[in-house]
Amino acid sequence: MEKKPSFFRRPGVQTVLASIICAILGILVGFLILLAMNPSHAVEGMTAILRNFLKYDQSSTTLMYYFGSTLVKAVPLILCSEAILFAYKAGLFNIGVAGQYTVGIMASLYTSIALGWSWWLCILAAIAAGALWGFISGFFKAVFNVNEVIAGIMMNWIGLYLTNIVLGSKKVMDQSTSKTYNILSKNPDALLPSFLANVFGHNQYMTIALPVTVIVAIILLVVLNKTTFGYELRATGHNKEAARYAGMNATRNVILTLVISGGIAGFAASMFYLTGIEQYTLASSVPGMGFNGIAVAFLGGLHPIGAIVAGLFIEYLTMGGQYLDTNYFNPQVADLMVAIIIYLCGFVLFFKHLMNKGKAKALTNVNAETEENTTTDEKDKEV
Amino acid sequence: MILLIQYTLIFAAVLILVALGGMFSERSGIINLGLEGIMVFGAMAGAMVMVLLPSHASKATIIILTLVAAAVAGMLSSLFIAVACINFKADQTLIGTALNMLATASATVIVKAFNTSRSDGTDFSAKLDYVTGHKAFLIHIGELEVSWFIIVAALLLICSTVFFYKTKFALRLRACGEHPQAADSVGINVYAMRYAGVLLSGFLGGLGGIIYIAAANSTWHFDYGVAGAGFLALAVMIFGQWKPERIAWSAVLFAVFRSLSNVNGGIDFLANLHIPGTIYNMFPYIVSLIVLALTSKNSRAPKAEGIPYDKGAR
Repeated sequence: MEKKPSFFRRPGVQTVLASIICAILGILVGFLILLAMNPSHAVEGMTAILRNFLKYDQSSTTLMYYFGSTLVKAVPLILCSEAILFAYKAGLFNIGVAGQYTVGIMASLYTSIALGWSWWLCILAAIAAGALWGFISGFFKAVFNVNEVIAGIMMNWIGLYLTNIVLGSKKVMDQSTSKTYNILSKNPDALLPSFLANVFGHNQYMTIALPVTVIVAIILLVVLNKTTFGYELRATGHNKEAARYAGMNATRNVILTLVISGGIAGFAASMFYLTGIEQYTLASSVPGMGFNGIAVAFLGGLHPIGAIVAGLFIEYLTMGGQYLDTNYFNPQVADLMVAIIIYLCGFVLFFKHLMNKGKAKALTNVNAETEENTTTDEKDKEV
Repeated sequence: MILLIQYTLIFAAVLILVALGGMFSERSGIINLGLEGIMVFGAMAGAMVMVLLPSHASKATIIILTLVAAAVAGMLSSLFIAVACINFKADQTLIGTALNMLATASATVIVKAFNTSRSDGTDFSAKLDYVTGHKAFLIHIGELEVSWFIIVAALLLICSTVFFYKTKFALRLRACGEHPQAADSVGINVYAMRYAGVLLSGFLGGLGGIIYIAAANSTWHFDYGVAGAGFLALAVMIFGQWKPERIAWSAVLFAVFRSLSNVNGGIDFLANLHIPGTIYNMFPYIVSLIVLALTSKNSRAPKAEGIPYDKGAR
C-alpha cells in the first residue's frame, strides 16, 4: 500500500504536463490558422511569433531590452492571475479582478499625477481601491447572498465608468491627446525605483515590480499552504457547509478573501502603470487584464508559481504577434492563439484522465486519494 | 422622448434575447459565461451577410439571410461550450471566458483579413459598413422608427415563454438543471437536454448580437467585441430569476437606464441637472446591485448548474 507513485503519476507532474499539452496544441492550431490565411508565409509567420524578441540576437543590449519589456508587461498579468487563483482556492470566482484592476489604475494614476504623491503612497492607494472594490463584492456575497460573479461584473462596469470620469478630468488627462499625462514629466517621484535596468539594456521601465511579483507569489504560496487562514480558505473552497460546521467563520472568510484578492488586483495596476510604460486612455469596455488573468491562473495549474511561468509564456506569445509581417497577417493572430490555449485548458481534466487510463485498475487507495485532492479543485466549484 | 423609446426598445430587445439564451442554458445546467462571445460571432456573421449581399437584393432576402446567418453562427460557436462542458466536463466558467477571448480575437482576425483581401491591401481595419443592410430593417410607424429586429425579438419572447412553461421538452430541460440524476433515472437523456439548452442559448445569443450592432448603427468596429452586452444580459437573467416574463421586464428596466445615458442631453428635465453622461452609464449596474441585494436572499439558481453531469457519480 505504501508504494510510491511513479514520476508521471504524481498529480503535480501531471498538471504541468497537461498545461504543456495545452500550450503545444494551441500553437499547432495557431499554425493551422496561419496556413489557412496565407499558406506560403505560414512557416515564416510562426517562426516570427515563436522567435519573438530573440531575433535581436546580434546585439545583446537590444535583446535584453525587449526581454525586459516582456517581463514588465507580464507583471500585471501574473499578479491578476494570483488574485484570481487566491479567491478560487476559497471557492470564489472573482471575475471582479478586471474592475479591481481598473480602480487600481484610477487610484495609482490620480494620486501620482493629480495629487503628486510619492510612489509607495500611490501603491497603497491602488491596493486600497482594489481592496474596497473586492470588499463590496464580498459584502454583497456574504451578507446578501448575491452571486459573486454577478456582483463582480457589476462592480467591473461601475469601476470602469468611475475611472473614466476621474481620469478624464483636466488634472490627469492631456485633453489634446486624450491620454493621461506621462508620470515622468508630471511627478517623477511616483515612478517605481528601477531594478537591474542596466542588465536589461538600460530599459527604464525595469523596476522593483519584478522581484516584488515573485515575492507576492511566494507569500501567497505560504499563506495558502502553511497558515490556518489558508487552510480555512481551502477548506471553505472544498466544502462550504463542512467548513461552517467545523466552526470556521464563512462570512468573514468570504469578505476577507475578496478584499485580499482585490488588493492584489489593485496592486497589479500600480505595478504596471507606475513604471510609466503606458498611459491610460478612456476605455469603452473593461480592460481585459483581469479576464486574461483567469486564463493564466488556469494555465498555471492554479498554483502561485505556475502562474508566473504561465504569465510569462502568454505575454511572450501576445508580444510575438507584433513581430508578424503585417503584409500577410495581422497581430491579433497571437491573441487568437492565446485564446485557443485557454480554451484547451478546459480539457486538462480529460488529459489527466488519459494519462491515468489503463493504470486505473492498479490504483492503490493512497493514489486514489491524492488524485481526488487535486481534481476536486476543478470539480467542487459552484457559481 | 421618441429617441429614448427607440433606444430602450433596441437595448431591451438585445437584453431579452441574450438573457433568455442564458436562461435556457443555465436551466439545463450549463453556466454560459460565453454569451458575450456568442454575440460577437452572431454579429460578425450577420454583418458579413449584409456586406456581401448585392445592393439590389430585396429587403426580405436581406432580413431573412442576416438573421439566419447570425443564429447559425451563434449556435456553431455555442458548440465550443457544449462539447467542452458536456462531453469533456470542463470548467464552465473557464470555457465561457475562453470563448469570449476567442470570439473577439477571431472576429478581429477574420474581419481584418476580409477587409484586406477586399481592398487589395489598403484597408487593414476591423470595421464593417452595412448601411444598406441597416436601412432594410427599418420601418416607420408615425414618428417612431422601429426595426424589424424588435418585432423578431418580441415574437421570440412570446415563443420562449410559451415553450418554457407549456411544453414537455422544456420541463425536461429544467429537470436536468435541478437534479440530472433524477432526470436520468426517468429516462431523460441529460446530455442531449444540455446540448439543447446550450444550442438554444447560441441561437438567441447570435440573434442578440446582430441586433446589438445593427439596430442602431450602420458600422461596427469588431476589435471592441460587443462591449459587455453579454455580461449585462447575464445580470438581467439573474435579476429576472431565470424566468422569462421577469427577464422581460428587468431587461426593459436596464434598457431604460442604458438609453438615458445615450439621450440624456435631449430631455430638458435631465439636461438641466447637468449630470455627466457617464453617470447614467453606471446606473443600471448600481440599481441592479441594490435590487439583487434586496431579492437575493430568496434567489435560487438552478441547483445543478455548473456541475458537469457524470453518469457514474453517486
